[in-house]
Amino acid sequence: MQRQAKPTVIFGGKVICPESGLNAERDLLLEDGVVKAVEAPGAFSGVADAVQHDVSGKLVLPGLIDIHVHLREPGYEWKETVATGAAAAAAGGFSRICCMPNTNPINDTASVTDYIIEAAAAAGKARVHPIGAISVGSKGKDLAPMLELKEAGCVAFSDDGSPVMNAGLMRLALEYCLMVDAVLTVHEEDTNLSHGFSMNESVHSVRLGLQGMPGAAEDVMIARDIELARLTGGRVHFCHVSTARAVELIRRAKHDGISVTAEVAPHHCVLTEEAVGEFNTQAKMSMPLRSEEDRRAVLAGLQEGVIDCIASDHAPHESDSKDCEFERASFGIIGLQTTLPLMLEKVRSGSLKLERMVAALTCDAARCLQIDGGSLAVGSPADVAVVDPEGKWTLSRDSILSKSVNTPFLGTEFCGKAVNTFVGGCLVHGGDLEMNE
Amino acid sequence: MSKENAITPAAFRHLLGIEGLSRDQINYLLDTAEVFTDINRRKIKKVPSLRGKTVINLFLEPSTRTRTSFEIAAKRLSADAVNVSGDSSSVTKGETLIDTARTLEAMAPDVVVIRHSASGAPQLIAEHLSSSAVVNAGDGLHEHPTQALLDALTIKQALGTLSGIKLVLVGDVLRSRVARSNIFLHRVLGNKVVVVAPPTLARPEFEAMGVEVHHHMEPALEGANVVMSLRMKKEYLGQSFVPTLEEYSHKYCITEKLLAKYAPESIVLSPGPFIRGTEIESAVIDGPRSYYDAQVENGVAVRMAVIYLLCRGLSARASTESDAGMEDLVDDEIIEELAHAKAG
Repeated sequence: MQRQAKPTVIFGGKVICPESGLNAERDLLLEDGVVKAVEAPGAFSGVADAVQHDVSGKLVLPGLIDIHVHLREPGYEWKETVATGAAAAAAGGFSRICCMPNTNPINDTASVTDYIIEAAAAAGKARVHPIGAISVGSKGKDLAPMLELKEAGCVAFSDDGSPVMNAGLMRLALEYCLMVDAVLTVHEEDTNLSHGFSMNESVHSVRLGLQGMPGAAEDVMIARDIELARLTGGRVHFCHVSTARAVELIRRAKHDGISVTAEVAPHHCVLTEEAVGEFNTQAKMSMPLRSEEDRRAVLAGLQEGVIDCIASDHAPHESDSKDCEFERASFGIIGLQTTLPLMLEKVRSGSLKLERMVAALTCDAARCLQIDGGSLAVGSPADVAVVDPEGKWTLSRDSILSKSVNTPFLGTEFCGKAVNTFVGGCLVHGGDLEMNE
Repeated sequence: MSKENAITPAAFRHLLGIEGLSRDQINYLLDTAEVFTDINRRKIKKVPSLRGKTVINLFLEPSTRTRTSFEIAAKRLSADAVNVSGDSSSVTKGETLIDTARTLEAMAPDVVVIRHSASGAPQLIAEHLSSSAVVNAGDGLHEHPTQALLDALTIKQALGTLSGIKLVLVGDVLRSRVARSNIFLHRVLGNKVVVVAPPTLARPEFEAMGVEVHHHMEPALEGANVVMSLRMKKEYLGQSFVPTLEEYSHKYCITEKLLAKYAPESIVLSPGPFIRGTEIESAVIDGPRSYYDAQVENGVAVRMAVIYLLCRGLSARASTESDAGMEDLVDDEIIEELAHAKAG
């Protein structure tokens, strides 16, 4: 996907690669797009003709993987493009992202998939894996041509924000995917229970006079799809799990040996419905921000491994769609550049172990959708994130590489950032780092 | 009432809701309104206190009674009142609410009264107006603060007190902004608030707002001082919350028989409009317990008080800049008038 990079030595850092069980001072040699060798410090100091990157005091991680982003192209290029989304990914330490099919047109044909893959190749900042639609037009009626989509490059299938309400269709999709060999990654919301909602249902929604979505709207669909996975043997991945009950349902399903995995979004780990305050539209998302009890439960579920991975649900929207009446505002916030610092904050506060966080952003994320990456083992793709866990920075409009700036964290001072991102051995973020060539 | 008790302009920049107001602020508003009720009973019901002030009534949801009440209130204070009406859904087709606010601001109104179908719309308008005060005349399912204030004034006049009372809200509390504003107001005053409706409407979340939730009339009404009938909207977002209004009525209609047995001393209020025979018996709404007419009358006084105090707050700010003498004069004039009206 990129111009051939010179061999690169990344030295002086601490390598954390849960996939290969490594957590130690190591130097890396990247060559021909793969991790050529991983050795003790100083091993590659004599390698001639290699770019030497000094990353002393930094963490060296497999390039981060985000399996749930919205790149808005084709169709909503004023919100985001594949190129700007990929640039934001690189700046956030992500070398691999999976984009949801709710573009215009919906990614339910190979031509749309091709278009996204070509746009990503041109951008060259991150590996982009499209997710195809489960049903034609995500309308929940007829199966999309999932085999054609898979062959074109889709890695998984989802109707995302338009959940498959028809259990019969969901069953067929799960069965069909046994042949396609793909996971269904689903936004679980019973739209009959959530009709017209704009926040979590609780005393806060009642107080503000806003329609709420009860946690049960998510839980009943997760329970349904666990049973359908049990029935069919198909594989389901649950997007942005937000309730304590959902964590329990998934725990039990895994205990029963059913093929389910789950992700959590950073905002559900750090914010609650109280962030809505007096109609703050930057706190409006779907799944909605939930209660403190839910927040603690999803975070604990992540640490425990019941929730497999972290995904940003990066959802760019132009300012006008947030600067309006709360119930008319768009759902969602951007997340590619804030995911890592927000989760590092949870590591510092002790509710998440560093190695667990790294796994949830790398190998465990890859495993959920059966994609490559997430490892620094010799022979793996040379995708690397160099992270300064103490690096202080402030999220400003200027520092956001997305086309949209919809985030409740604008102005927040963060501790921890990705200083370099490599994709296939090429430096795609942080070129200003001191280098000893 | 003395000038020293005045709500500071900072604390009373807008009236977006009852939530957040203190007991003192509520009492101050009611005391001011009480003085204006006297003016409303005079032969000449107009005072010059807000000459040269402009009030825009921006009603983006159909309303006759509230808009008329605000308009009369502004005119009796000699402010220039302009009505802008429309449908908030048609507004979204073209202009955004923020652009509407910007356009209005350029015309330099002193007060913008807004009714809107979206909860939080007055808050949004207020965030985008730098010099005008905003009054919430009802936003979505959120708040209707002047209604709760006029209800409180009516209760105070009828019972002689606003403390130690039990208020029972009957009907569609879930979709009622009147209910929310009343709950906030009476919880701040330390009164007991009870809601009674089918469980589809009287949700347990209300308990966290300090409210007792009931699904049966008898225990709810027991010992009530004030019973308020809320309008039943049969459908909302395409969903009916009760099977039929007949079935609702059978269980929840406010009847003289029930009141006589469980709350013999109780007065009855309604924000109107009400469905006779379904929500409330004609004998009750037309009988001596009913203070419906007083509510409507007090509506004008409360809205005069709100507009007056907001304009005065703005005047206080303006006075620090240039025309201090003039503004003070207007204030003294009305204070005198108010004192005179109260004495007479």
